[in-house]
Amino acid sequence: MTCEEAEVLLHALIDGELDAGHAREVEAHIEGCPHCAALMKEYQEIRQAMAETDLRYKAPLELRRRIEKALPQPQPQAVVPSRRSVLRGFAMGSAVSAIAATGLFAIVLRNDDEQRIEAEIVSAHLRSLQAGHLTDVISTDQHTVKPWFNGKLDVSPPVIDLTAQGFTLVGGRLDYVNTREIGAVVYKRRQHVINLFVAQTANTERRPATMTTLQGFNIRRWSDHGLNYWAVSDIGADELTEFGDKFEAAMQANKEG
Amino acid sequence: MVVNASQDDPEKARRFREAALPYLDDAYTLARYLLRDTADAEDAVQECYLRAYKHFDSYRGPAMKPWLFAILRNVCRAEYARRKTAPTAVEEVPESAEQASMWNETPDTPERQMMRRFDGDTVRKLIAALAEPFRETFVLREIQNLSYREIADVAAVPVGTVMSRLARARAMLRSAWLAEQEQAK
Repeated sequence: MTCEEAEVLLHALIDGELDAGHAREVEAHIEGCPHCAALMKEYQEIRQAMAETDLRYKAPLELRRRIEKALPQPQPQAVVPSRRSVLRGFAMGSAVSAIAATGLFAIVLRNDDEQRIEAEIVSAHLRSLQAGHLTDVISTDQHTVKPWFNGKLDVSPPVIDLTAQGFTLVGGRLDYVNTREIGAVVYKRRQHVINLFVAQTANTERRPATMTTLQGFNIRRWSDHGLNYWAVSDIGADELTEFGDKFEAAMQANKEG
Repeated sequence: MVVNASQDDPEKARRFREAALPYLDDAYTLARYLLRDTADAEDAVQECYLRAYKHFDSYRGPAMKPWLFAILRNVCRAEYARRKTAPTAVEEVPESAEQASMWNETPDTPERQMMRRFDGDTVRKLIAALAEPFRETFVLREIQNLSYREIADVAAVPVGTVMSRLARARAMLRSAWLAEQEQAK
């Protein structure tokens, strides 16, 4: 191999783009050629120096806003959502988590969708606490509560008895969130009510639980097997986490069982 | 410019945002290096995203980043063309000639001191001084971490051209680096 050839090919060697045969040839040339060996070393040093330097630019916030504004909004506010677009609205939660690392964009979406839905979830929880509004079907028996939902929603919320784990099933209710009907399974911990809201999502990926606090209520939110869950209560975050963990464990046991 | 109403599909918009907006910093970085001007880079990136959105229906992969870059590159080339006809256009030719001669004139002694480290601004300046299309290939490889195949697709040239341009780009950068090093002494 000539130096001329090696001077081009050594770059592909540095970049790991050479096949094994050519790589060996270039390496053999460099071993016997001080000129090419020195060049190779310099290129690697420059490359190392560049890797240690931040050479990227960050898009200005203003540019991000301009692009956001110029693109059609994911959910136009003026249009009354159809049932399908509502489901997409819930699916948005998983989309947000997928791009959570991208900063502002995720925050903007959270404001638009996640936070709005969470605020509605809390409102629904508050409504449920008013006299006579907590349950449509009163039963501590999961085999009564679960069939009750059938035909009332396009998704059947899982109803799991957690009495043995310290969370008493008290019934189920149809509620109204994001302009649509949504299933709520009601539990009690001592005198505290836990509403577990369940909605369908297009995304079947599992999304680990997050805990937020809104208006003094804790919300534990997670997704699994195409369902979004929001557990809302005034019990402490630790107890609500325990509730969520027990619920998910029981779901898992049901599937395996 | 706002995308017209017939394309106002919320689901498409959602998927596009999710797929393309994470690369905004990458796109802006490329535009800055290609156009060497903040305002022009911003305009180019915005135009790129709007064009990408329009053509998003025909996007079949494989990777979003090179796909966006191919669009961005075309936007930037249109900008070069505009500059060339504008009276205040930045003339590219003398600079590339200057760079080429610098490459040839640099003394080439095998035993040399370690390449020294420079701060970010200095390195960016050295890269910005590279002539088109070597700068483009170099940035796609060294800063955007694209493979030769991806660079070939973005720049619409054969892989062999990518390889030779990259060799040339690194040789020019090395010369400029050594010159800077000499000056800094």
